[in-house]
Amino acid sequence: MADKYEIIDIQPGDLALKTLEHKRAGYRLGQICAVRTETGYELLYSFIIEYHMVNYKITIEEDTEIVSISDVYPTAMLYENEMKELFGVNIKFINLDYHDKLYRIEEKTPFK
Amino acid sequence: MSFDFSRIAIKNLFSKPATCNYPAEPRKYPERYRGSVKINIDNCIMCGLCQKKCPANAITVDRDGKTWSIERMACVQCESCVVNCPKKCLSMEQQYSEPSADKTRDSFVQQTKEEAEA
Amino acid sequence: MAKRSVIPFGPQHPVLPEPIHLDLVLEDEKVIEAIPSVGFVHRGLEKLIEKRDFNQYQYVIERTCGICSFMHGMSYCETLEKIFDVDIPDRAKYLRTIWAEMSRLHSHLLWLGLLADAFGFESLFMQSWRMREKILDMFEASTGGRVIFSVNKVGGVLKDMGRDMLNSFIETFDDMEESISALSKVFLNDVTVNSRLRGVGVLTREEAVSLGAVGPMMRASGIDIDTRLLGYEAYKDLDLDPVISTECDSYARCQVRIGEIFQSFNLIRQAVAKIPDGEIAVQVKGAPKGEAFNRVEQPRGEAIYYIKANGSMYLDRCRVRTPTFTNLQPLIKTLQGCQYADVPILILTIDPCISCTER
Repeated sequence: MADKYEIIDIQPGDLALKTLEHKRAGYRLGQICAVRTETGYELLYSFIIEYHMVNYKITIEEDTEIVSISDVYPTAMLYENEMKELFGVNIKFINLDYHDKLYRIEEKTPFK
Repeated sequence: MSFDFSRIAIKNLFSKPATCNYPAEPRKYPERYRGSVKINIDNCIMCGLCQKKCPANAITVDRDGKTWSIERMACVQCESCVVNCPKKCLSMEQQYSEPSADKTRDSFVQQTKEEAEA
Repeated sequence: MAKRSVIPFGPQHPVLPEPIHLDLVLEDEKVIEAIPSVGFVHRGLEKLIEKRDFNQYQYVIERTCGICSFMHGMSYCETLEKIFDVDIPDRAKYLRTIWAEMSRLHSHLLWLGLLADAFGFESLFMQSWRMREKILDMFEASTGGRVIFSVNKVGGVLKDMGRDMLNSFIETFDDMEESISALSKVFLNDVTVNSRLRGVGVLTREEAVSLGAVGPMMRASGIDIDTRLLGYEAYKDLDLDPVISTECDSYARCQVRIGEIFQSFNLIRQAVAKIPDGEIAVQVKGAPKGEAFNRVEQPRGEAIYYIKANGSMYLDRCRVRTPTFTNLQPLIKTLQGCQYADVPILILTIDPCISCTER
């Protein structure tokens, strides 16, 4: 059986640091996703180098502001827009913000 | 300059067509083809497991009315009901259900013992 | 300075198989910038997890994509098997591998056809799809469906392939390999095809890493990473070398995909030779609890699955990161500075699957 990818808990403030660290070490961005919890969200950031994957989990409240990492990893733009639009995660400074126009949906933040 | 494609084209010209002359020649379905759900209503015990397992909520089992019904347009031919049927009274027919502009619901009513004897 | 103009491209366009819209900023014939917008086919499949239990959701997740539907079902089941911590029988692993490789064959042949169509080589398109049809027939015979297979379940597979069936498949593959090698010569050597692909849309190795390219897009830039080497399912027992090319352009992507077609034939032959007898599924009892990540190599690249389960029949979250989602950024990069006439080819070389992307 393939390995279980470990998930490491970090504080929201450490995200920028971790991102830069991985960027410098040559990692690429695996994925970003949000999970709705009762009072807020869990955000999962995965970085991949070759066959190795590192995952970080940030647990935040509904109104916590998160800084975008799209300036470091341009691909993050789509993931962050998706989280903002579907879950209503408060992300600022996305380098290409679609302002809830990424998906053509009627309902606002349906996954919230 | 290469003539790789000309070779393929010429070979094509002198070989049998790759397509089937439908509808003049009927389509042969393989044995496992999932067309539509068929029920042998006499063996059904009205357990409702197929209704519970259906991902499309297409099946309704009415225990009191002894009726098993399926909404043909909602069915996604996933075979989940067939796999889960404890009495194996459900099966997959190779012929798919008739296309239609309206939603069709096929109902099957189980005969009671008295009715069957009469 | 030339005058700039903005040309909307898509979502409906003769060469586009999928709905994607691009705002192309042009300076004469040269593309300066491309701004993508997706969102025409968002179906909310990830949201449906709240309404279907984890067994029913297996049939939902396959419908994420019409090409790699098998791979989606397989990786969803794999992720849940990780959470349950069950090991599925070896025969099921081999069967999954064979079907997965057949999916790759059918996806790459489809792509070759679409590429031929994009540069206007209609008969080449027909030839590629004619080959693909045989694979669909094999799927039909072995699983009962041509596009949606519904053969996976948590704990194994639902249908077995007998020795006769496997041998007849191998025979068909032998015939196909011959025809495809004739066909691949056209793609790789034909003057007109070469003139449309060579030097178009160069993505360097560094850009591929920093923009997060995956799959054939990444391997065409000279990075020899293939997620199959992680050894999931039966891949750990099979010989496999990533197909790479160092030319970094559209021609290289075509070369990599053709190489992968032959690699898939080889993998299927190896798997059929090694397939053990035995059970095809194990019983999985109870409800899942925990969270897990999973990575698989789909025809378009690496897909990442994340599932969070809370101990009930209904999962909390099922996240699918599809390859096209991350390949969009490299696409935008390659579009910058290209000729307007090359835009359709460049969009096709990432093998876009927008329905996958939006789910």
